[in-house]
Amino acid sequence: MAHCHELGLKIDIPENGRKIVLAGNPNVGKSVFFNALTGLYVDVSNYPGTTLEISHGRYGKDAVIDTPGVYGISSFNDEERIARDVILAADVVVNVVDAVHLERDLFLTQQIIDTGVPVVMALNMVDEAARQGMEIDVKLLSELLGIPVVPTIAVQKEGLEELKKAIDRAKPGNISPELQSRLTRMATRVASQGEALLILEGDPVVAERHGLKPGPHREEIYLARRERVNYIVSKVIREISQGATFSTRLGRWMLRPVTGVPILAVTLYLMYKIIGVFVAGGVVGFTEETLMQGYYEPAIRGLVTKFMAEDSTLGQILIGEFGLLTMTVTYVLGLLLPLVVGFYLILSTLEDSGYLPRIAALVDRVLTAVGLNGRAVIPMILGFGCVTLATIVTRLLGSERERRIAIFLLALAIPCSAQLGVIAGMLAGLGAPYIALYVLVIFTVLVIVGTLLNYVLPGKSSDLLIDLPPLRLPRINNVLKKTGTKSFQFLQEATPIFALGALLISTLQVTGILEILQNLLAPLTVGWLNLPKESATAFIMGIVRRDFGAAGLTELSLDPMQTLVALITITLFVPCIAAMLVLFKERGKQEAPFIWIGSWIVAFLVGGTVAQLAKTYPNHAVTAVALSFTVLTVLTVLVIKNLKTRLALKANMAKEG
Amino acid sequence: MKLSQVKKGQVVKIARIPNEQVRSQAIRFGIGEGSIVICEEIIPAGPVILRKNRQEIAVGRGLAEEITIQAVS
Repeated sequence: MAHCHELGLKIDIPENGRKIVLAGNPNVGKSVFFNALTGLYVDVSNYPGTTLEISHGRYGKDAVIDTPGVYGISSFNDEERIARDVILAADVVVNVVDAVHLERDLFLTQQIIDTGVPVVMALNMVDEAARQGMEIDVKLLSELLGIPVVPTIAVQKEGLEELKKAIDRAKPGNISPELQSRLTRMATRVASQGEALLILEGDPVVAERHGLKPGPHREEIYLARRERVNYIVSKVIREISQGATFSTRLGRWMLRPVTGVPILAVTLYLMYKIIGVFVAGGVVGFTEETLMQGYYEPAIRGLVTKFMAEDSTLGQILIGEFGLLTMTVTYVLGLLLPLVVGFYLILSTLEDSGYLPRIAALVDRVLTAVGLNGRAVIPMILGFGCVTLATIVTRLLGSERERRIAIFLLALAIPCSAQLGVIAGMLAGLGAPYIALYVLVIFTVLVIVGTLLNYVLPGKSSDLLIDLPPLRLPRINNVLKKTGTKSFQFLQEATPIFALGALLISTLQVTGILEILQNLLAPLTVGWLNLPKESATAFIMGIVRRDFGAAGLTELSLDPMQTLVALITITLFVPCIAAMLVLFKERGKQEAPFIWIGSWIVAFLVGGTVAQLAKTYPNHAVTAVALSFTVLTVLTVLVIKNLKTRLALKANMAKEG
Repeated sequence: MKLSQVKKGQVVKIARIPNEQVRSQAIRFGIGEGSIVICEEIIPAGPVILRKNRQEIAVGRGLAEEITIQAVS
């Protein structure tokens, strides 16, 4: 048995075994091929130095390694770096290509061929290409590229056996002619052709490994490769019909605001119906209350009390109010798991259909106002499911600056579904004006804070540059597979964090610190927020679990305005302890406390302002609050805009002399 | 002319993309400097949607303001 050392991944490869690497653009159906090759036994390991995971398994005596979907290999982001290293270490590359998207996908194909590794291509989704009126000359494609090409329809398992057989016929393809002489010259200094290529393409990481300077020719090589790809595409594709199909038209409607906004609204409404009503209400009601609290918790309590008293220190930590074996397990399995599965099911459906990038393009304008770009819509939507989950997902954003803004907004103003359930229940009793006011206040806070952060934080956020794939019906297999993997990864990542959080809170409770904190908070709650003293308990509970906090309020007798103030404060208040711990993990010890304290300040500032406004204008409380917050938002946005224009002018003047 | 000034349905040639990384990514997407693209859609004050053959790319407004284009009649 040998280990795959050069990757830093621990993968067992039997003697004489090869490393078969799967590579392709995002969303081309790679996972189906991976499963077809490896069967059930799959390992997932964290790629060293990154937060990304790599799946690997066995096919006969060969190792099969998956790579993240990328458009090319270089050092632009973590995905590309990993794909680059795994491909450079490969013995055979199975390149999965979307037949509908040949122009885009062949760039990566040619780049892989240029590394000199033996390649075989799976030309996937040939049925869809045919449906769109494209005829692909597979034989000519194979000849031009110099590698075997196998047409497949992976979701229907067509072509998979042929592909398996073709792996043995994989061979190095035709290298771009202009590149050959350069590579030969570089090859005298670097042993592997793949590494020589990446150094020529100016990859700083690979160059450093060899103590060489990255080459200045990336663009030249890229342009030549693009030209070659365009030539091949023009030779192998014959368009039979080019009429606008229904999916093309639907794709357009999704982008135009007039039709796109209503389509998005309906989608979000359906999402709310499925997740907010069906999953959060029905499914969670069953899993959390009936299953976990009804059967599991009494059982585990019975078991543990055989060995120790429930009110002993260890007993409290294990099976007390915030017990490791009671609350943690119930919360993770009974409450979060159904919600996370529900969210990923919908998100994967949107992703697979090609709608998600169109949503990103549609809302891009709105998000740039708060220093994000359209891609941030994914973590923001996920935040309504679980902020912990969303915080992890912000990794897909383009820059540190964007992650910082997105995570702060998530921690501050996005209520998670568990909390949203309780809040919606309490708001419903207050009537429409209060519901509208709640939404208005939270939304204005989001806009004001986002605008300010965007102004204050140095640097510039990245701009949107995304590929809009053709719309298609989501494939159930793909959606289920993705939901399964993602949900499992979330549980794996979040469960220890939830356990640690519960442990922390239990310790506070056992030592009596929790009670001291409750008393400390009292002046703030009574004097500033106009709430009864006992509401402090709700806030403390809110630190543990956001919905606990909201639920704690139902036991107090509050008038409508007090309820509103309490709900607003608890929404803006710190996220649950698990989200906090993820925050520390993702943002580090210097930034996380700032976000944490920041959300305390904003929560009490906003809640107090609402309370004080209502106290000053008792007869027109709702109007006064609504008006003040609207005016404040407009003012903030205008002032910042003005400041920005002035800064830009100054910069221009300085430039001109 | 800048890409942000393009009109819907107009065919243009991408003349200059100042940001190096964006330039490379654009070549991968097939809309690098020198390529001829059609503006399929403009989301008001938002991204510009470009198409080249079957490939569609959304370019954020800020980026579109930096990209120079030439009209192709």
